[in-house]
Amino acid sequence: MSHFTALLLYAFFASIVFGITQRSTPRSMVRFGALCFGGFLAAAIVVSWGMYFIKH
Amino acid sequence: MATKAVIVPVKRTGLSPDLVLLAGWLVPGLGHVMIRKGIRGLLLFVSIVAMFAIGLLMHGKVYTPSTGDPLDILGFVGDAGAIGLWAVAKLGDLGATQLSDAFSDYGSKFIVVAGLLNVMAAVDAQSIANGRKLDR
Repeated sequence: MSHFTALLLYAFFASIVFGITQRSTPRSMVRFGALCFGGFLAAAIVVSWGMYFIKH
Repeated sequence: MATKAVIVPVKRTGLSPDLVLLAGWLVPGLGHVMIRKGIRGLLLFVSIVAMFAIGLLMHGKVYTPSTGDPLDILGFVGDAGAIGLWAVAKLGDLGATQLSDAFSDYGSKFIVVAGLLNVMAAVDAQSIANGRKLDR
């Protein structure tokens, strides 16, 4: 398993729980879950590039 | 004189909210199943158990509170959020006792986060049961 795969799995399952627990309607649960998933990925990519530029 | 509207929580089910909280803590998603939110309960069960299992497969550490190390105690607090899964892991002698590499460290975080997410899920079920969370 690569680091990115681990990140995807983490983001996927955590987003499901966030969506269900933080919203009240099924539609808003799906939207919030998708937002969380995208946020996890975007944050990881931004932070990864940040670390790359710090090192180089 | 202006008056403020007061929202009074209304109990939504006949079940005790504390019982729902306890059930959700012991088994991921069971609290939601008890309040007749079966699909949500199933999704929560699959998500939390999958995170816990992936953590074990990555040779993550299952913490015990008796080592005297403050970080172990903190890790145990996270793990204990899903006390049923933690008990199964301990009884089945699953998981690592020492961190061996980066993935083992990631695995430990998966296990801790699974516990913390389970606390969120159990409290959510309790909030629906006692009417604090509007549910449609």
